[in-house]
Amino acid sequence: MSHGTILVFEVTILVLSIFLGVEVISKVPTLLHTPLMSGTNAIHGIVIVGAMIVLGLPDKSTYMWVLGFAAVILASANVVGGFVVTDRMLEMFRKREPAKKPVDASQDGKGT
Amino acid sequence: MSYNVTNLLYLITIASFILALKFLSDPAHARRGNQIGAVGMVLAVVVTWIDIGTTSWWAITIGMLIGGGFGAVAARKVKMTAMPQMVALFNGVGGGAAALIALAEVHRILPEPGSPKIDISLAIMLSALIGSISFAGSMIAFAKLQELIGGRPITYTGQQFVNGAVFLLAAGCGLALVAGVQDEWLLWVLIGASLLFGVLFVLPIGGADMPVVISLLNAFTGLAVAAGGFELQNNVLIVAGMLVGASGTLLTLMMGHAMNRSIANVLFGAFGQVTAEAAAVAAGDGGQQVRSASAEDVAVMLAYAHKVVFVPGYGLAVAQAQHDVRQLADLLEAKGVEVTYAIHPVAGRMPGHMNVLLAEANVPYDQLKEMDDANPEFSRTDVALVVGANDVVNPDARSNTSSPIYGMPILDVDDAQTVVVLKRSMNPGFAGIENPLFYNPKTVMLFGDAKASIVKLIADVKTL
Repeated sequence: MSHGTILVFEVTILVLSIFLGVEVISKVPTLLHTPLMSGTNAIHGIVIVGAMIVLGLPDKSTYMWVLGFAAVILASANVVGGFVVTDRMLEMFRKREPAKKPVDASQDGKGT
Repeated sequence: MSYNVTNLLYLITIASFILALKFLSDPAHARRGNQIGAVGMVLAVVVTWIDIGTTSWWAITIGMLIGGGFGAVAARKVKMTAMPQMVALFNGVGGGAAALIALAEVHRILPEPGSPKIDISLAIMLSALIGSISFAGSMIAFAKLQELIGGRPITYTGQQFVNGAVFLLAAGCGLALVAGVQDEWLLWVLIGASLLFGVLFVLPIGGADMPVVISLLNAFTGLAVAAGGFELQNNVLIVAGMLVGASGTLLTLMMGHAMNRSIANVLFGAFGQVTAEAAAVAAGDGGQQVRSASAEDVAVMLAYAHKVVFVPGYGLAVAQAQHDVRQLADLLEAKGVEVTYAIHPVAGRMPGHMNVLLAEANVPYDQLKEMDDANPEFSRTDVALVVGANDVVNPDARSNTSSPIYGMPILDVDDAQTVVVLKRSMNPGFAGIENPLFYNPKTVMLFGDAKASIVKLIADVKTL
């Protein structure tokens, strides 16, 4: 494929992604806006793929190696931190339990 | 693996990300969605690794262990109240990675014969520019929220001019690269100027506007990653980056809408500057009385009410009072009081911040009412208990055209029979705006640390 063909293809999926992003997000209730932000934050951690490609290039100079290595560190912090934080948040959202349990003493000491 | 197989597998990753976002529309499935997204991410990493082969495998492993280890520990240890700065931090490093990839790419392609394709150099310029702004801006947002530097807007004369000049320098270097000047140093200057711009651009923004800034920087990192996808001709980066870029932009606009302010006003208005004028207005109608009450009085009001609405704000997060609030609510419910929580969309330092804090304290999410559902309820509410909220309940937003927050939709707590405000002192809030709600004859103030006050209320309600 020529460079131009690939570019047109890339621009096509870019534009479709814009509409998809807007469409999917507009249904998220404000209740979940924090996990939404944190979840999208984890998704842009996909930059790790780019960082791996750079560090995985054959016959590279030390300069390239340093850039790629630093990029892998930053991107993996983004990925792991992003998903773990989001999971921790979402784990907490729960519906009212049918039978009201007595106040859980172990919970109340948390965060003090 | 062939190019086609790789891209087909990346398509699974893309689908998992879309599902992750889709599942977020319902709290019952949201966690499952996030897990699907994480599985998709692991798949993308594995596929990429197989593609690369064994080149630098140990460097990739060590890099991932360092970064992932830091991310996992930081994300596990952080308290829910410190979540906004943690999100800012993880966002910033993603932007930084995109900028580093741009540097590496320019180093790789410049020595190749012929000048680089214009779309590639444009993508490199954009991902370096946006990624660096996002990195530096997020670090400043992190420092502000972590209170390493003051949360108040930092301003000086000619600020906009300096910011503009720095940005033009960055953009100029980028355009030179796109125009075909083959000098790697241009990208270094571009990144340096963009980092400086990121710092200068977030410094003048007050802490109360941080939800908008974090949301915007999140969108920025998404865009930088999408540009990185054009550099590397990688579909998964383009789609995932742009999904985040588009959704983040929409979320930012929604937050601006919730404050009735344009995004430009949030970013360049240096909110909190207008305080001198507003304070003068407030001082002008001075001599108004503030009623303060003891915890015992408030406990009686709460225990004999039919309906109590809690209105949490950033003060709740600062005092870490969410567990005690839940305990007080449980006690009141046991006495037959109807309890709900009214949540303003921009209360706190992150969109939906209060929902997360209360969820942490096991408050069921069907008790958390959004502003439009909560407001009609206040007229049949006996006590509205304002815990550490200020600007989001300021009636000046409805009536006082000279108020800096005029026009912002607020929670109409003054429709309730009685308003109880838990507050440290009469100091104005984060945005530094005087609040006439405190002088309303319906309002009683319960001074003290929010957590200490709630604990006292719990003890007093128990004795009734």
